[in-house]
Amino acid sequence: MATRLQFENNSEIGVFSKLTNAYCLVAIGGSENFYSTFESELADVIPVVKASIGGTRIIGRLCAGNKKGLLLPHNTTDQELQHLRNSVPDSVVVQRIDERLSALGNCIACNDHVALTHPDLDKETEEMIADVLGVEVFRQTVAGNMLVGSFCALTNRGGLVHPHTSIEDLDELSTLLQVPLVAGTVNRGSEVIGAGLIVNDWTAFCGSDTTATELSVLESVFKLREAQPTAIVDEMRKSLIDTYV
Amino acid sequence: MNSAMEQDSGMFTVQSTIGSVLCCKCGILMQPNAANMCAKCLRSEIDITEGLQKSVTIIHCPECDTYLQPPRTWIKANLESKELLTFCVKKLKNLNTVRLVHAEFIWTEPHSKRIKVKLKVQKEVLNGAVLEQAFTVEYTVLDQMCDSCSRVQANPDQWVAAVQLRQHVSHRRTFFYLEQLILKHDAAKHAIRIQQMDQGIDFFFGKRSHALKFVDFVGKVSPVRSRNDKQLVSFDSKSNDYNYKYTFSVEISPVCREDLICLPPKLVNSLGNLGPIVLCTKVTNSIALLDPFTLRHCFLDADQYWRTSFKALLSSRQLVEYVVLDVEPVSSEVTVGGSRYILADAQVARVSDFGKNDTIFNVRTHLGHILNPGDNALGYDLYSANSNDIELDKYKGFSIPDVILVKKSYEERRQKKRGKARTWKLKSLNMEVDSTARGYNEEKISSEYEQFLRDLEENPDMRFNLSLYRNKEYQPSEMASSVADGDELPSIPLDELLADLDLSDVESNDDDSMAE
Repeated sequence: MATRLQFENNSEIGVFSKLTNAYCLVAIGGSENFYSTFESELADVIPVVKASIGGTRIIGRLCAGNKKGLLLPHNTTDQELQHLRNSVPDSVVVQRIDERLSALGNCIACNDHVALTHPDLDKETEEMIADVLGVEVFRQTVAGNMLVGSFCALTNRGGLVHPHTSIEDLDELSTLLQVPLVAGTVNRGSEVIGAGLIVNDWTAFCGSDTTATELSVLESVFKLREAQPTAIVDEMRKSLIDTYV
Repeated sequence: MNSAMEQDSGMFTVQSTIGSVLCCKCGILMQPNAANMCAKCLRSEIDITEGLQKSVTIIHCPECDTYLQPPRTWIKANLESKELLTFCVKKLKNLNTVRLVHAEFIWTEPHSKRIKVKLKVQKEVLNGAVLEQAFTVEYTVLDQMCDSCSRVQANPDQWVAAVQLRQHVSHRRTFFYLEQLILKHDAAKHAIRIQQMDQGIDFFFGKRSHALKFVDFVGKVSPVRSRNDKQLVSFDSKSNDYNYKYTFSVEISPVCREDLICLPPKLVNSLGNLGPIVLCTKVTNSIALLDPFTLRHCFLDADQYWRTSFKALLSSRQLVEYVVLDVEPVSSEVTVGGSRYILADAQVARVSDFGKNDTIFNVRTHLGHILNPGDNALGYDLYSANSNDIELDKYKGFSIPDVILVKKSYEERRQKKRGKARTWKLKSLNMEVDSTARGYNEEKISSEYEQFLRDLEENPDMRFNLSLYRNKEYQPSEMASSVADGDELPSIPLDELLADLDLSDVESNDDDSMAE
């Protein structure tokens, strides 16, 4: 289910929050509304963690992670690092990496199996990503833009990319990522998908400027309509038994 | 993955087809653009014509069909014309925030006093998307008489500046020639009224600048001196506006072509002893004088003339016809001021004496190049002339020649051709002629005009500055070719004639073609 919300009257919620299948990070805001929306949706299932990175609130764009790991930029303070290590589930590896391009959220788009990165990322960083997040790394651009994390949102079930992506690019990315991809917009025609939308396998949150059309596109590509945590497990069980035979 | 070789540059480029996205508002499939909204949604969102004027008032003068451009200019424009469109678009303020792409009129009833203009404008909206929108501006036309029309209405004969052109001679040849020059150069196109006066013409203008321009023009084509004056008509003490009537008095020098002149002694000395008896050969803005005995010439411009003003001794009305009996060239051909002359000794006798008595004159003449024995020539008869000139008396011991020949005469041949129309004609200014005025002699004027036309035929350099038009009524006569003998009457070659541009005459055909 997709929910519309605002952070301090700003629709770019992807800047101030990060959502994965195992945890959710939220910036410290003036009012508690932002936090309480997440809580009401996610509290039973995954931990919702208030955090800051490097003293800033733009945590969504600075860190990258999935259910197996979380990568933080070099300017994260030790206290923040410790706080995050304590708050996320034990299965998640929290790692601080030294990378010139420190806005990892803008440079890396990942789900639990594959990751797209900025073409200029260091070799060691790439290895770190493969190691910590347990994913296969591809250096790619989206619609000619190198900031893949900003211009696409990725989950295990689908992905939304920059609206100007050509059909050939879409096919290529789809083959690499092995998920269906759609070109679209959020927040009333904004092309910066990563800033306007955070999504995981069963829920999505987007900025309040998002139109109904955009919402329907989101829900269809990320397959959110019937998705509830239990429904996924049932589906997986069915398919497992099938293949066993 | 599709890829194609770029033939032109040899570079490997990936073929990319743009996919389609859903419009974020209405959900229809569309090509992605900067706003990612379909054109209709974008247009419904944003109105780029906001803040632009949609209704304007313009002021129109019904008399002269002009529109007011504040503060004071009136622009002439027809309905639905390019000038009107430019004027209407200029009237709109704030049009610099958007880019104007197209403008056109929408038809409105002419007497509805409304003009509608449809404008297409473009503006950049959101993040780089350029939106084009059309909107209509309605202009309300208010009728108000412009200043010049109201002045004309108040007093139709009102003139602001007058030019009084005068020449104190007894003939009007100069004014015929000037009339043609004025027509050719359109110098009097701003004149409200032209009136023919005794010894001159009056021109009335609506603006002082027009009169000044006319006076300058006349000064360029004749030697003149002028003075001007103004008379207060009205004044407004609050705004310090003073309305005047300006008068320019222009006097043309009385020396004309073919005049015989006796120069004052001072002028003779300053010109290097140019013989006191001279002929005037050409008058433009300077006077060309030719000494017929030494073939020396000089030019006097207007200032020089008016400093030592002199009158003509004898003028062309006093020319007498002579028969040339013998011509003996004395010198070789000389080019003087553009024309060729040969000094010759000639034996002539007056036509009135010819055959009756033996009065023969031996004279020196400058016309050796065209005179042959048996020709007729026109000259001044100084032998029997009684001249009262003061200047002549100043020369003591100066022997005056008996005859001075001036030009060749075509009188005989003219008599043969009498009554036949000319192939060419001249236009005329529409002058008001006061035919009841004292001293107005219609016969005299028409004979002078005939003489003027003959002069035009004989002198190609006089025709140079004028426009001659083909005479539509002229029928080439069958008799003409049989009568013509060895010497033809000097006539104007056909290629010098301008065909009158007659746009209304549909039936004019064959020889009256437009092409010149």
